[in-house]
Amino acid sequence: MRLTKLLLIVLAVFLIIWIDLPENLKIGGLVINPLSVDFNLLGLRIKKDFRTHLGLDLKGGSHLVFEADLTKIKKEDFQDALNSARDIIEKRVNFFGVAEPIIQTIKSQDKYRISVDLPGINDVNQAVSLIGKTAQLSFKEEIKIDDPYLATTTPLISRLTQDSGVSGKHIKKASLSFDSQTGKPQVALSFNEEGKRLFAQATKRNLQKPLAIWLDDILLSAPIVQTEINDGNAVITGNFTVNEAKKLAISINSGALPLPIKLIEQKNIGPTLGKSEVKRSVFAGVVGLLAVLLFMILYYGRLGFIANLTLIIYGLISFAIFRIIPVVLTLSGIAGFILSIGMAVDSNILIFERIREELRKGKDFEIAVQLGFGRAIDAIKDANITTLTVAFILFNPLNWEFLPQFGMVRGFALTLAIGVATSLFTGVVITKRLIKFFYKIP
Amino acid sequence: MVNFLKYKLVYFLISLTVIGIGLFSIFNWGYYYSIDFVGGTNLEYQAKKNIDQEKIKKILIREKVELNYLSINKKKILLRTKALDEKMIEGLKKRLEKDLGVSLTLLKSETVGPSISSENLKKTVIACFLAILGILIYMSFAFKGFNYALAAVLAMIHDFLVVLGSYSLISHFFRAEVDTLFITAVLTTMSFSVHDTIVIFDKIREYLQTEGQKDIEYFANKALTETMVRSLNNSMTIVFMLLALVLLGGSTIRFFAATLLIGTITGTYSSPFVATPILVWLERRKK
Repeated sequence: MRLTKLLLIVLAVFLIIWIDLPENLKIGGLVINPLSVDFNLLGLRIKKDFRTHLGLDLKGGSHLVFEADLTKIKKEDFQDALNSARDIIEKRVNFFGVAEPIIQTIKSQDKYRISVDLPGINDVNQAVSLIGKTAQLSFKEEIKIDDPYLATTTPLISRLTQDSGVSGKHIKKASLSFDSQTGKPQVALSFNEEGKRLFAQATKRNLQKPLAIWLDDILLSAPIVQTEINDGNAVITGNFTVNEAKKLAISINSGALPLPIKLIEQKNIGPTLGKSEVKRSVFAGVVGLLAVLLFMILYYGRLGFIANLTLIIYGLISFAIFRIIPVVLTLSGIAGFILSIGMAVDSNILIFERIREELRKGKDFEIAVQLGFGRAIDAIKDANITTLTVAFILFNPLNWEFLPQFGMVRGFALTLAIGVATSLFTGVVITKRLIKFFYKIP
Repeated sequence: MVNFLKYKLVYFLISLTVIGIGLFSIFNWGYYYSIDFVGGTNLEYQAKKNIDQEKIKKILIREKVELNYLSINKKKILLRTKALDEKMIEGLKKRLEKDLGVSLTLLKSETVGPSISSENLKKTVIACFLAILGILIYMSFAFKGFNYALAAVLAMIHDFLVVLGSYSLISHFFRAEVDTLFITAVLTTMSFSVHDTIVIFDKIREYLQTEGQKDIEYFANKALTETMVRSLNNSMTIVFMLLALVLLGGSTIRFFAATLLIGTITGTYSSPFVATPILVWLERRKK
């Protein structure tokens, strides 16, 4: 029993340190990186790199806010339309090759907006033009090529460019469905009245020939037309997974929604500005931390040493949590973290003062420790729960519209909450164990 | 035991003076608001050689660009103008380059509409009221008495006013701007304030439970005597951290750290010298 407990602790410590390792650490020719996982668990792919995620202000990049023009959309479809637009932007940004973009929909009063954070991107104009393009879904048929040589050598994809007259604006809805015979996922399309007519003509024209479905410049699929379709319904089949089919349906839906967006805010931050700021702030943080450690040892002696040990453990655990979630670290987030280090010492000081108090009353050290912890717990609990309450409201986890939804306040609330919760654990549980260990109390 | 509460009039006067000066500053000088609040365009250029400030001003007047702020530091030009669109920013850069005869590198361009910020501000205020309500409910429940909660919240409002007022002074004399970081600092101060107060109230609660019915002032003094070292030590650790950030940290967070420093000091001060006297007064009135 004791052995398994010990093993578990060793494993936990090992994991935390592994997650906390700096990237590309070189030890004698060996390059060590923080833990990264990539495995299948019951069909679910779990892939995670435990790396530090730096926000825009530290890494540099762009912050863009678009306002959606919803004048042509029904009120009950606002949220759906906005979500589709968001997804389409995400897809495009992914094509653009941005690591970890943050794309959020923002609703405030009657305005619907989309914010796009692109860390590490400096060429904003290119990003803006890419994002701002409205997605266009189109159905295209094969071009008639008279030259028999060209007809056979031109790849199918470049022959499927003849406009069939049917486009995204003719689609009422695309949705995920399943083939009634094979049970395979597919995408069901339903056309509006005009689309129904045009689609019937197009299918009639292209019997036993492919009819390509394009989204902007990407060929989604090119099914062979089997029969003339005049009921205004069509399916896109293929070797889709449920997820892929769902995504395709979303893409088509967003393409079918001509939702113009307008750039209303743009921020450009050069990475060099971030770097020097970070360096200075980290240096300041280290100086501050050393001052705290020194103060604790000078004032509390051996107990202070224990508090410092707890503090280091606290730092390691919080940093691991930042990497696990992952928390995108910004300058204010780091400031919040540094501040929370100061606050984390509080639990220890509370406990130590209580222990001293009991010692002054002439109690044995062992009993004083027990009583000190017991008494301090009440104050620590109440004080931290109120702080957590505030952090909870500021973080706004349910995304309530009347509460702040902007990153800076949220980031700060998140680091504060993690800091407080972790310090509850390290300040009470770990300190107690360390005291028992160092003072050899059974 | 030290009779801290004997000097409550002194504490009251200190608080009144600090808040009074702060309010005077707010009403007289107000704040410089960052672009987050007023909306507009911030432009930062790096120039190859030194440039005369007046020349830039003249060009801007001729181009009918409304200028709010202009500074040149180490060949870095910092401009704040009324909101400009992308084309105008592009055009302005070309005009400046041509008329000044220098090539400029655009380091930073920020455009913010003021509407965004006023909404966020409103929401943050609502969040604050909700947080206060949450604190009131939780503390009334934890301390089995509304007076504890009320005293803690009043002390928190005291700290809020102190920070707000002092920042107006900093804003006036050092051109610190009210930005989102400032809001964050105010929020932190408010939660720290209550955190600190609870520790003292917890002591009073404990004495009431273990030593039975005696005068609340006696217990309050006893609690203050017992917790004073803890309060000072705890604040000292935070002050070390923040002082390091103010003196050595990057310029972006300097005012943020300074605000937090003021918040920590007033938060520490208000727990024994504002919240506790109020609690004693409230509890006495009950009888």
